[in-house]
Amino acid sequence: MAPQTRKAAIVGGNRIPFARSNGAYARASNQDMLTATLDGLVARFGLQGQQVGEVVAGAVLKHARDFNLTRESVLGSRLSAATPAYDVQQACGTGLEAAVLVANKIALGQLESGIAGGVDTTSDAPMALNEDMRRVLLAVNNAKTLQQRLSALAGIRPGQLIPEVPRNAEPRTGLAMGDHAAITAAEWEIGREEQDELTVRSHHNLAAAYDRGFFDDLVTPFLGLTRDQNLRPDTSVEKLAKLKPVFGQGEGATMTAGNSTPLTDGASAVLLASDEWAAEHDLPVLAHLVDAQTAAVDYVHGGEGLLMAPAYAVPVLLARNGLTLQDFDFYEVHEAFASTVLATLKAWESPEYCKEKLGLDAPLGSIDRAKLNVHGSSLAAGHPFAATGGRIVATLAKTLHEAGPGKRGLISICAAGGQGVVAILES
Amino acid sequence: MSDWYRDFANSGVGTTITKQLGLPRPAELRRYEPGQPLLPGAAVVGSAGEGRLRDELTRLLKDDGVTVVSPVTVDGGTDGERLAAVLLDATGLTGPTDLAAAHDFLAPAVKRLAPSGRVLVLADPPAGTSSPAQAAARQALEGLVRSLAKELRSGSTANLVHVPLGAEASLASPLRFFLSGRSAYVDGQVLAVTTAELPDAADAEQPLAGKVAVVTGAARGIGAAIARVLARDGAHVVAVDVPAAGEQLAQVANEVGGTAVALDITGDDAGPRLAAQLVARHGGVDVVVHNAGITRDKLLVNMDAARWNSVMAVNLQAQLDITQALLDTEGALKPDARVVSVSSQSGIAGNRGQTNYAASKAGVIGMVRSWAPEFAERGATINAVAPGFIVTEMTAKMPLGTREVGSRLNSLQQGGLPVDVAETIAWLAQPGSAGVNGQVVRVCGQSLLGA
Repeated sequence: MAPQTRKAAIVGGNRIPFARSNGAYARASNQDMLTATLDGLVARFGLQGQQVGEVVAGAVLKHARDFNLTRESVLGSRLSAATPAYDVQQACGTGLEAAVLVANKIALGQLESGIAGGVDTTSDAPMALNEDMRRVLLAVNNAKTLQQRLSALAGIRPGQLIPEVPRNAEPRTGLAMGDHAAITAAEWEIGREEQDELTVRSHHNLAAAYDRGFFDDLVTPFLGLTRDQNLRPDTSVEKLAKLKPVFGQGEGATMTAGNSTPLTDGASAVLLASDEWAAEHDLPVLAHLVDAQTAAVDYVHGGEGLLMAPAYAVPVLLARNGLTLQDFDFYEVHEAFASTVLATLKAWESPEYCKEKLGLDAPLGSIDRAKLNVHGSSLAAGHPFAATGGRIVATLAKTLHEAGPGKRGLISICAAGGQGVVAILES
Repeated sequence: MSDWYRDFANSGVGTTITKQLGLPRPAELRRYEPGQPLLPGAAVVGSAGEGRLRDELTRLLKDDGVTVVSPVTVDGGTDGERLAAVLLDATGLTGPTDLAAAHDFLAPAVKRLAPSGRVLVLADPPAGTSSPAQAAARQALEGLVRSLAKELRSGSTANLVHVPLGAEASLASPLRFFLSGRSAYVDGQVLAVTTAELPDAADAEQPLAGKVAVVTGAARGIGAAIARVLARDGAHVVAVDVPAAGEQLAQVANEVGGTAVALDITGDDAGPRLAAQLVARHGGVDVVVHNAGITRDKLLVNMDAARWNSVMAVNLQAQLDITQALLDTEGALKPDARVVSVSSQSGIAGNRGQTNYAASKAGVIGMVRSWAPEFAERGATINAVAPGFIVTEMTAKMPLGTREVGSRLNSLQQGGLPVDVAETIAWLAQPGSAGVNGQVVRVCGQSLLGA
């Protein structure tokens, strides 16, 4: 056993540009994208043929045949075939959770290096057999005699030919994630204009980062796409104001296709290591993963918003690390919806909410908005569910590294099922 | 990208037809492969006048396992063996009358030259004597070699190397290059060597083992070929290209076991950024290949500022800036570094519609020559390679007629391959090439343009 723990270093990252659903990656599978992303990371850090301690990644929308998605991607990549891998899945928290898992093993001395990642395609999504049809076919398969088989086949009805398509909806409420977010937005009285302003800032920040070459060593083009397909550098509050609401109802509906993330395809990966491993390989250390926390809320019966779990996770993380919400140089709050970011920030500012829901004596307070998502986030880049965590970890690590040593950043990611994953990075 | 005409001309019926019609008969060139002997057959070494290199040449050849036959055997024609190489030591020339000896030796020897044979003439530089008669004789060799190169067929080449007194040790590396398949598309050229401190002999199969080489424009075409050849010769390749070419760049880097760096070399901080990464990640760089280049063709009168400026920025200014940044950054450029710049035949001969491109590529030659003395002082070298018609994705898009004619306008009657340029660069990058500095080596099959 390691006598004490150490902080895992973030060496760097790689992702492919994110594509809009049925866009540039319409014909790419999760395995294609994850393999290309790993290969881009290998090329950037000269890891050809090398064994990395572990590769941990996952996808939210996953075919049954992809039960070993990450290991299969490793085998198809230029990494040594002796690199172990496993899949994880925690909805939109998958990518960050994967990084936390790798970092924890490094912290314990169980790994010297590891890659955390995630991938998702909404274009090449899995479709399941109709449930009735599936039962009929299972019966056919289990039948022993011809007569039994024929009798089982006789159960087939035309209606069973309709497949089950995955929906971006919560199984327990039947509501789309956007509908849930719209309820929260209404509760917190999040206005249309502030959502559109946040969205514009995300696009402008991301475009500026691309323009100054910030993503040169974070992104590798794929299938002809060199920048995120969803990015609109010239968008403005006026342009966004013209969009009709798509979530929520009536006068109070504020959430549009502009200030909500679109369905997206993409993949990301982050290289983590011990400081010693990085030094041995002459590789940089951009930042360290200091600590992480998850939380979940009862959005079904508990009267809490589906995407509000990070609001609960952050104070726990802050308390454990003796920090206040203001002790950060950068904040990366995943923009599932502009309203989600704004509701979370508002919740931390609310004395009643902080007291009643979070059990705090005083509110966490407000943050300096100039430090929020400074290189753009999901509203501009898009949000391939499991790939978002890796995008954010690598982007924040480089941001902290550029700002100099001793800088601190907070990551907050909300996830389906009423969950949240948050983490602290430090340069 | 196969040369359909060459394949046809070398087929049974094609041989008959092209011979009868007097059409060009391009040969399959002998190209280098690891493990290959230096020459596929015997070599003969002769001299014109009392030269000082003949014994050294014979020793070098024998060290490389080459059978050296005497000129008498050639003259007498007692055995029918074809010769793989004919070497003439012309360092003994005192005046034009001695040239007769060159003819006497070369004529029967060249007659027995095997396909993809090599004629190599070694002489003193014309400028190195105060005697007009001796300078005349030395200069005369240039006319002799260039003409002979045009007479040779079946993929054979003829080249001239100037070896000043005291620079004899620098000869070994060019000698191996010109005799080997690495120089397949280098023909009718004059190379000058200088005195230099030479390292101990490197592993012939891995002359760049342990070296770090940065190649710009490495995502495709000639740049990718350079990356492959440098890696084959043992170097760790840092492959650089614009961020938009990142996908292909990563593939090249992974193929050669190198490192991909997405970087716009025309960016303000491109040089310092690259230098910093080379220091931090690789402990400095041994070989720098400035290959990245673009074309934006238009007749001068129709050319806008954007076309002019972008070509200059990528093809010339970036080479200057990056080299300067490497020189300025502590520990970036190794003392015995090798810098090779890709120029172009257009920069030597000019080309209609390419005033910007030709200017940038001629500028590269000026840069290399200007920096050469400073590089020599630190034990480094800087040279230029000027490709002629090289078969790439770019030439594949040319109209068939233009392409076919363009590719035949040289003594080897065919276009070169990216690997031919890469082999020349890899040779200049070798530690043993310390005596080759400030040179412009054309890889053009002795093109008719700007010869």
